[in-house]
Amino acid sequence: MSSHSTVSLKDQILNGIIKENTIFKLALSLCPSIAVTNSLKNGIFMGGAVLFVQVMVNMTISLMRNVIHPKVRLPIFMLVISGWVTVTQMLMAALAPDVNAKVGLYVALIVAFASILARAEMFASKNRLLPSMADGLGMGIGFLFALTTISFFRELVGKGSLTVPTGLATDHVFTFINTRPVLLMILPAGGFFAVGILMAGFNWINARAAAKAAAKAKAALATH
Amino acid sequence: MEATKKEHELIVSVSPHVKSEETTSRIMWTVSLALLPAFLSGVYFFGLKALFITALCVLSSVIFEALYLKVVNKKSVIGDGSGFLTGLLLGMNLPASLWSFSPFTAHVPIIASFVAVVITKQLFGGLGFNVFNPALIGRAFALISWPRAMTIWMAPTASFLTMDAKTTATPLGILKEAGMSELIKVFGDKVSLYEHLLTGNRAGSIGETSAIALLIGGLFLLYKKYITWHIPVSFLGTAALIAWVFGQKGALFAGDPLIHLFSGGMMLGALFMATDYVTSPSIRNAQLIFGAGCGALTMLIRLKGGFPEGVMFAILIMNCFAPILDRGFRSRVFGAVKTAKEIKK
Repeated sequence: MSSHSTVSLKDQILNGIIKENTIFKLALSLCPSIAVTNSLKNGIFMGGAVLFVQVMVNMTISLMRNVIHPKVRLPIFMLVISGWVTVTQMLMAALAPDVNAKVGLYVALIVAFASILARAEMFASKNRLLPSMADGLGMGIGFLFALTTISFFRELVGKGSLTVPTGLATDHVFTFINTRPVLLMILPAGGFFAVGILMAGFNWINARAAAKAAAKAKAALATH
Repeated sequence: MEATKKEHELIVSVSPHVKSEETTSRIMWTVSLALLPAFLSGVYFFGLKALFITALCVLSSVIFEALYLKVVNKKSVIGDGSGFLTGLLLGMNLPASLWSFSPFTAHVPIIASFVAVVITKQLFGGLGFNVFNPALIGRAFALISWPRAMTIWMAPTASFLTMDAKTTATPLGILKEAGMSELIKVFGDKVSLYEHLLTGNRAGSIGETSAIALLIGGLFLLYKKYITWHIPVSFLGTAALIAWVFGQKGALFAGDPLIHLFSGGMMLGALFMATDYVTSPSIRNAQLIFGAGCGALTMLIRLKGGFPEGVMFAILIMNCFAPILDRGFRSRVFGAVKTAKEIKK
């Protein structure tokens, strides 16, 4: 990553969602994406927690980048990350206690997410506040998007229902199939199936889009 | 003149020089043929439902394979019969009672076929590249996803056209729940129990019940040299040994190995599933270890695990080790130089 990002903020955000999607492209942080995604609600809350931590960490590191000594930067990154994770955990315990009971353990694990430390090290520590925020927003939304699709797919196929959060502590369960859904999909093994199938779909859509763009560029070149 | 010219003609070609009549499709169709006795006995005991379930599996396996190959623009290999064989094995591993419309469970074989052919075989690169036995993954997927439907066992009915049947427990289910004395009581006496197990007149998956029919098919494959004795013998031998030593609760060396050998999917697994070329080791010594591992894991699950039957999971677990076993037992190439690390030892 260059010392000063030259791409626009919009591209910076899209980068995290599509080109460097934490789960579908980099295959990082697969542990929570399999552990908590057996209901749509849990997936959305977990993704939201990661989005919050990623943005706050990126902003904090970016603001501190000129006062952090390079030799001790990693411990300081870790302190900042764990600070924001603690804040998230406390907020969640206070505002959404029933979700916290299910995903709380994995929210604490956000400290160890490779993707968060990597963005702090590779991007936020070298860029100004706004690009860093956009980067954090992009990576976080990419993660939220991945967790939402995975949990949507898993709950729908595995339970035949969708638990949609209607507020911090309330939700509504839509039931589509009452009998015998594919139970495996909400078990841990099903998480791997779901991530694999959705990753294939994500890459397939991207490859098609890239092929289309290439064909368009070629056609534009030919008309010149 | 022409003949002498031909005699003196030298043909230069790259190795391998030994050519064989065997082709993939020939092997696949021969194995399918070897499964025929067991399949027919399944149809005899479980009626039309067994036929429908197996046909559904075969049809959907072949169709899914053709569709997948078409979608990814690969050459169609439907003729090689591997999709047919996967479907046949899968069907023979399912209970006939799945052919039921209230509650509706007839979709289970179709989804299991999809998992077997597309996810387990084709997504890993097609025949020859799959890590796990496709038919067994299909069955495992179905068993974990629909545990109720997959464990409703029909009592064997002698009349072919009967569509409604009584449900009952499998011999291993009775053994797990109620113990040996109850199992013998259900079948009358021990001789009658053996007789039922050998002929296949007992509850179970469509193709696993008749030990005699499976042995006929297995011996046919051994005679044709399509399989070697290593995996089946070490599989069954280890299982029998463990059943004899630990089979009886509270007393060592008092178990009944025959009941364990002829019940569940032991024969079908040892002769037809564990010997799959792709997912088992190809070196003889490695095959012995592979078979022993399958046998030991099967008995571990049967005697100590939560499931009454463990053949499927045992083979799937050992499938993971097949490449490592092959590597571990690879013989040194003649004349190869030792590496520095080996000399140091």
